[in-house]
Amino acid sequence: MIESSEPTRFMSDLVETLALPVRELHLVFFGGAHNTSYVIIAAALLGVAAGLVGCFALLRKQSLMSDALSHATMPGLVSAFLIADAIGGSAKSIVVLLLGAAVSGVLGVLGVHWIVRNSRLREDAAIGIVLSVFFGAGIVLLNYATKHASTPAAGLNHFIYGQTAAMTRPDAITMLAITLVAVVACVALMKELTLVCFNDAFASVSGWPVRRIDLSLMGLIVLVTVAGLQAVGIILIVALIVIPAAAARFWTNRLPTMLAVSAGIGGLSGYCGASLSAVSPKSPAGSVIVLTAGALFVFSMLFAPARGLLPELVRRLRVKLRFAVDHALEHLALTADQSIRARPLPIGRAMRRFLHTKNLISLSDGSVQLTPNGLARGRRVARNHRLWTQYLVQYADIAPSHVDWSVDQVEHILSPELVAELEAAIAEPPTNPPPTQSGVSS
Amino acid sequence: MTMQTFLTLDLMPMLSGLLAAVTCGLLGNFLVLRRLSLMGDAISHAVLPGIVLAFLLTASRAPLPVFLGATASGLLTVGLVELIRRVGRVEPGAAMGVVFSVLFALGVFIMARGGAESVDLDPGCVLYGTLETLAWTGPPETLGELFSLQVLGGLPRPIWVQSVTLIVVVIFVVTLFKELGIAAFDAQSAAAQGISPTLMHYLLMSVVAGAAVASFEAVGSILVIAMLICPAATARMLTDRLRSQVIVSAIVAVATGGLGYTLAVFVPLGLGWRFTPSVAGMMTVVAGAFVALSIVFSPTRGMVARKVRTRRLARRVALEDLLARLFRAEEEGAPALASADLSRASRGSHPAGLERAAKSGLVSIEGSLASLTDAGRAAAAAIVRRHRLWEGYLVDRAGLSPDHVHEPAELLEHLSLETELPIPDAGADPHGKPIP
Repeated sequence: MIESSEPTRFMSDLVETLALPVRELHLVFFGGAHNTSYVIIAAALLGVAAGLVGCFALLRKQSLMSDALSHATMPGLVSAFLIADAIGGSAKSIVVLLLGAAVSGVLGVLGVHWIVRNSRLREDAAIGIVLSVFFGAGIVLLNYATKHASTPAAGLNHFIYGQTAAMTRPDAITMLAITLVAVVACVALMKELTLVCFNDAFASVSGWPVRRIDLSLMGLIVLVTVAGLQAVGIILIVALIVIPAAAARFWTNRLPTMLAVSAGIGGLSGYCGASLSAVSPKSPAGSVIVLTAGALFVFSMLFAPARGLLPELVRRLRVKLRFAVDHALEHLALTADQSIRARPLPIGRAMRRFLHTKNLISLSDGSVQLTPNGLARGRRVARNHRLWTQYLVQYADIAPSHVDWSVDQVEHILSPELVAELEAAIAEPPTNPPPTQSGVSS
Repeated sequence: MTMQTFLTLDLMPMLSGLLAAVTCGLLGNFLVLRRLSLMGDAISHAVLPGIVLAFLLTASRAPLPVFLGATASGLLTVGLVELIRRVGRVEPGAAMGVVFSVLFALGVFIMARGGAESVDLDPGCVLYGTLETLAWTGPPETLGELFSLQVLGGLPRPIWVQSVTLIVVVIFVVTLFKELGIAAFDAQSAAAQGISPTLMHYLLMSVVAGAAVASFEAVGSILVIAMLICPAATARMLTDRLRSQVIVSAIVAVATGGLGYTLAVFVPLGLGWRFTPSVAGMMTVVAGAFVALSIVFSPTRGMVARKVRTRRLARRVALEDLLARLFRAEEEGAPALASADLSRASRGSHPAGLERAAKSGLVSIEGSLASLTDAGRAAAAAIVRRHRLWEGYLVDRAGLSPDHVHEPAELLEHLSLETELPIPDAGADPHGKPIP
């Protein structure tokens, strides 16, 4: 009995948690809201920041650099903990930990640059080396901290997979502050970043400090990574930088739209993910946030109108259908004009029915007749075919016996302007079939 | 430490670490060459949901389902990356980032949700393995019994899985060495020779996935990534031939495994430390140290070697420039030049160049004047000859105008050529100077 009611309770809990930050929004600014509200809002803002920064990282081909960076934060995190513990400070102070993480993250990025500059190894290998070695070192340090520090080091484990449940209010506020800085900086630097992403050579010769702009992008990635360590975790924070941006790519070809969509997807993932994880503490927050982002990515990839898989498929089928109709009508028109001998129609029943519903042919007692519309279109295609053939033979020096295939592709896409140009270029218009524009009436 | 404790506690973890290191190290060569290092990273993260699902579905750690599940998710990764790269037209790095992070998150999620039943599969061991728990419960009393069938049958299961994987990987690399090499260096040439690069890609990726899975359980994903990239990277800094690179990478992998284990277990034991570092973590650190060392100290391509070579070249160029100046001064009737002027000589000269030239008997210094010795004159003549031959060549053959050839010739004169340059048509250099 209890089991059967569990999903319902889960759902109502979830809805309540999702609504909580909205209900408490006024409290958030004046204090007094639930911890959960702070955490969820912080996670959403993190998603927005990561979405914005991620777009630039994606366009600058730096997506996986953020993976190296996040893994490289591990030894710094533990070192900061150990140092704070040794000098008797509060070893769990989130600011100290994140500072240490940022320092070693930057060292990791410098390490990648050092390897690429001083060896024959490529960036991919350098990223892999830094990522694994820094993380391995971090694990060894963590082993040490577990045994030797006077403060229990168990909490550090949470930074690997992320844990929103354990976040205190100061944690959430720190995270909120860092992400706010990242968002503001990202908006302020938008023009510079855009320029460098699209044409760094041009930016450089126009006198923009490309290196410094790149550095500031790296700085933004560091901010986002560090802000997300506690909620999303070292391993998965890269997802929040890569996925929203890659998903937004399906929706648009314009950067401003892409930034907006990416920020939206990031924010939504952070919001929903953190809420879900707050309801069921057993699910690590990082993985829930990333799975939410992943679901939005899959949706974008399948359904986004601009570049999604299904819309693309529909567009292709449309074109194919148009070609097939063109071919059928061309054949019928040629037969009707008796420029080829009547042969059994190369069109199936489905096509025949389709043409009928489109009012391109009429079916009277078994024989197929073109309607005036159909005849016009068929003749136009046939005429385009001739024009293009003639053009290829005359100007492109292609043997008449070799032009057929390419003409079959091109005849459908000749625009009226192009047809006019072809007519002008070809002194002697082809005579067969009769190229009359108004041949329909005969 | 007695032999018995070594056999019981240390031999198996060590062996497991070594097997993982060599298995991944061998395959890494082809990943690093094809700039697919991060595909190794992606696969070793993305096999997690496969492992977890197979594990939960069969409720056992039977090797076969786990192996199949994980290899399937590894291949799924490769396919998805390709799909997203094509459809989304994003760079491969981002496509990988999307796929592996989502799959890994899925694995972690399932693991955490169904975690209660899974006895020893937890998020921690995914990252750094369970090497330390791999004890040999029935070690032989004497070394002589080590190879009896009964004893070998009692080996821990992961050792068996890993050994079989290593054998498969070795067979794969040896039999397809040529094909893998060609596909790695030049996919188009491979296709022209009838080796399908796509087939090789997927074959390699499935073997990588298999190797990652087999090693995963024992050493964790971080060490798998490190071993797929680091030994190959180290070997690549040390050799220029694929065959030797593969062999060197295997040696580096063994050294990494052995040294890593020693530093993680024996050293802390010997020094009486309270903390024992994670074996996988330590091995990773050692692997990274090897890469760093090879980048700095590789005899052929290391930073130090390159610095030394550059210095040596700079010295030679400075010396040759010095001799050429003295030679030209002699031609113009000045048998000696003030050494102060020479030390301040133009481009690239070395302050200590004059003393070195004097010490090697090419220049004699009297008071503040320096002049060529006979040996120095011969050497200088050869340099000036090269300079003027180059000038002639640049005018006659390359069509430069005579007032533009001095500067390039200043550089080219220092090249040592195997063939002699032709005497210019005029019999002298473009400025009318004789050729020594």
